[in-house]
Amino acid sequence: MTETVPILKHPMAKYIREDRQPWIYCSGCSIGIVSQMLARAIDNLGIDFHKVVVVSGIGCTGRTSGYFKTGTYHTTHGRAIAFAEGVKIANPELEVIVVSGDGDIAAIGGNHLIHACRRNIDITVICINNMNYGMTGGQFGPTTEHEKISQTSPGPIGNLEHPFNLVQLTASSGATFVARWTAVQARRATKSIEKGINKKGFSFIEIVGACPTAYGRMNRLGDGVQMHQHLIDVAEIQNGLEPHLAEIDYDNRIVCGEFVEIEKPEYTAVLRAAQEKFKKK
Amino acid sequence: MPERVMFTMGDIACAEGALSAGCRYFGGYPITPATEIAEWMALRMPELGGAYVQYEDEIASITSVIGASWTGTKSMTATSGPGVSLMLEAIGLAVMTETPLVLVNIMRGGPSTGQPTRGQQGDVMQPKWGSHGDYQIIALTPASVQEMFDQTVKAFNLAERYRTPVFILADETVGHMREKLVIPDGKDLNLVYRKLPTVDPSEYLPFKPDEDLVPPMALLGSEYQFYATGLTHDEQGYPSDKEKVQIDLITRLNDKIIKNSDKIIDIEKFMLDDADIAVIAYGTPSRSARKAIKDAREEGIKAGMLRFKTVWPFPEKEVQELAAEVKHIIVAEQNLGQLYYMVKAEAAPTPVHLMTKPAGMPQLPHEILSKIKEVKSL
Repeated sequence: MTETVPILKHPMAKYIREDRQPWIYCSGCSIGIVSQMLARAIDNLGIDFHKVVVVSGIGCTGRTSGYFKTGTYHTTHGRAIAFAEGVKIANPELEVIVVSGDGDIAAIGGNHLIHACRRNIDITVICINNMNYGMTGGQFGPTTEHEKISQTSPGPIGNLEHPFNLVQLTASSGATFVARWTAVQARRATKSIEKGINKKGFSFIEIVGACPTAYGRMNRLGDGVQMHQHLIDVAEIQNGLEPHLAEIDYDNRIVCGEFVEIEKPEYTAVLRAAQEKFKKK
Repeated sequence: MPERVMFTMGDIACAEGALSAGCRYFGGYPITPATEIAEWMALRMPELGGAYVQYEDEIASITSVIGASWTGTKSMTATSGPGVSLMLEAIGLAVMTETPLVLVNIMRGGPSTGQPTRGQQGDVMQPKWGSHGDYQIIALTPASVQEMFDQTVKAFNLAERYRTPVFILADETVGHMREKLVIPDGKDLNLVYRKLPTVDPSEYLPFKPDEDLVPPMALLGSEYQFYATGLTHDEQGYPSDKEKVQIDLITRLNDKIIKNSDKIIDIEKFMLDDADIAVIAYGTPSRSARKAIKDAREEGIKAGMLRFKTVWPFPEKEVQELAAEVKHIIVAEQNLGQLYYMVKAEAAPTPVHLMTKPAGMPQLPHEILSKIKEVKSL
């Protein structure tokens, strides 16, 4: 006789499309951790989940939206922020969250990122930075460090280019909330996601993660556990540091924390005020 | 709002048409010769409770329009050829996720930067074949200021009815000409709104079509949860790499347009009853053709015109019927010949003659008349 063991549900399962399990992610990938951060942030805030919209672009992280059990949309490559802006402006009551990767957000979608910061639309962007294009097998991207190895930056030199520092980029572009954490700082990162969602303005949260299958393998960084251990070792928390000092040097030092929290008129609020002025006329 | 009369340009008539149709979101980027649409929207949207948003490029503009549409807001963008070229990938996304929207192309000279201030009809194949993969599209070709209004209202109705992007293809001359515009009382307009789901949220399949092949559309922020993706997806909306899912999906997306062609295609027959020679034209050249045909009739030549008010889906049956009744067909397009090839395929064996004008000034009436005479003498 076989014994029946009740299956314990994950406490965040209510936010997740269980019929889409298992995740497509490789073992050791950080994206699952970040998905849980987002679910927990939503849970902690107690917001109406129907009013939450999750949008992503293309790539491994681009698949995130499809796992959330609410209104979700998977855009073309790089355009998640542009889609999210349309949603938020057309219906400011919605809580619009973009989750996408470094390539999607900062390379092909880089122009939309900086302009959304400048425009200051109340959306929250979570960018999982695994320092390469994982879905296509590990090519260098806009955040790959100089001389790092990838499928398109082979030895002996490695990457000829230099990376963006996404904290500096978004801070100087006008984002009203900017934070960076690594995938192992789950509680702190979750708090920052909550703050980002609550912030009436453009919020950007970078989560430095691990891609052991592609980037880690090519740069001999070990398996998923080793790569996440490394993130613990090099993460240095400096909340409130001037964003231009928020260094990211993968081997030695990843400065984490909340670096920007400023007040600025938010786009949809200003638009609403303009509409109201006409009503009174 | 009661009926209004304006003396205005095509671009502004188009914007007013959109507003009358209930459009409350415009995402755009300035470009000649479509800028007046954006400017008019910037002026008018806030007072109607809507939004004019100026993006960093056309890619963001169209993608934001897709986003806005998924909240249930009727949405549009307007641009010209270079902008459409940038938007094409997103057009595929809108087709694949069955997103109602209107995209206006005020056609200028091309390729590339071309002649921004001069009209042309060089982009008529672009909506149908520009985005990758197999798909159908709807495209309307207004020929007057009043039609810029009327057809924009119609474009929204078709977009909502069939859950699809709809193009307005107007040449620059139509966009910038000034004529009388009558804006009907709002209650006299028949406006269509997309079907919303009525089933229990637990039973909702986001891409399960009704009998008309169009699925009801849940909105972001509603009680329905769904995943919409540009990936090939099953009725539940989930990605699939199965052959059957791909075939079923793209066949349905094609069929929902093609099988409704009779309801979408709009043509005008001008003096065709006893015609031997038919001119096929759309947009500004059709205005010249009308005068040329009257002049030809005065000279005893039995000429007529088949004017396309919609070019996609292509009026195959209408061209076949025409070809069976006339001896010659002349296609007068402001390009080097684009729909000509479509007409030729459908009209065979009736001879089809091309009259091109790949530049700003459309074929003039006397030039079309000369062509009619030339064909008559064959």
